Amino acid sequence: MWRAEIKVLLKPSILDPQGQAAEKALATMGYTGVDRVRVGKYLEVTFNAPDRTAAEAKVQELCNRLLVNTVIEDYTYHLVEVAP
Amino acid sequence: MKFGVIVFPGSSGDLDLYHLIKDVLEAPVDYIWHEDTSVQGFDCLILPGGSSYGSYLRGGALARHSPVMAAVTAFAHRGGLVLGIADGFQVLTEAGLLPGALYTNAGGRFHCHSTTLRVENPDTPFTRNLHRNQLLSIPFAHGEGNYFVDPATLQQLEENGQIVFRYADERGQPSMEANPNGSVSNIAGVCNKTRNVLGMMPQPERAGEAVLGSTDGLAIFLSILKYWEGRQ
Repeated sequence: MWRAEIKVLLKPSILDPQGQAAEKALATMGYTGVDRVRVGKYLEVTFNAPDRTAAEAKVQELCNRLLVNTVIEDYTYHLVEVAP
Repeated sequence: MKFGVIVFPGSSGDLDLYHLIKDVLEAPVDYIWHEDTSVQGFDCLILPGGSSYGSYLRGGALARHSPVMAAVTAFAHRGGLVLGIADGFQVLTEAGLLPGALYTNAGGRFHCHSTTLRVENPDTPFTRNLHRNQLLSIPFAHGEGNYFVDPATLQQLEENGQIVFRYADERGQPSMEANPNGSVSNIAGVCNKTRNVLGMMPQPERAGEAVLGSTDGLAIFLSILKYWEGRQ
């Protein structure tokens, strides 16, 4: 079994209203020097695959077909082999 | 011609659309359940507003994989008329039937009010009863209507006449102040290259009777009927 730990963020060129609002709130609270806050998603997907190469291919397929909209979002992932 | 209104779990504009088509336009209409696998017998499919599948993951992302969407996609590729409104617009971009993507409104707020739309292209099946630069008062209600395309795609949309509506002020100028959700180039509605698929965030079915404050939305449905008559 494999566990993909997937992070999804809006592309850097896309306005991030949630990040901006959090950034303003931190400034209001008195935190100076906070340059930028970006809000994204963290997903964990556990699945079967015979080996790491197949697992890589599978997680990319899941991301591209459903979990991520690559028009506006970028993703990175970390693959961990887990006991079934 | 017969209209089909797709019903996803969480759709809410479906009832208003059905009422408008049946009682105001007096045209044939039926619902199509999201688990249906055929759209046979329908001439125009409408994907309604609402919050399909709770808008989980992203607006439209889960609805796009409903069983009915394979039939909707094949219908669109055959040249069938498909109109996506609000959440339905999101479903069509997620399905790749329209370019771009819709995400959280700039400013992060849900907007629910009347908007002024400027007609950019009257040469589509959905706008032939309108003229270029005509202003329409049509309400919208959404939190994720911020339309995005990259600059290269935007240029293609301009060149192909795919930008159908823009948010404008009362003088007809697509100013920043008139752009409630931060959409690229004030875009409120786009069609595909062959112009048989239209997506728009404002909801014309909510502007179809005088009692609702505006009847400007009717022109879109009357355009579809006129287009269909012309084809017979």
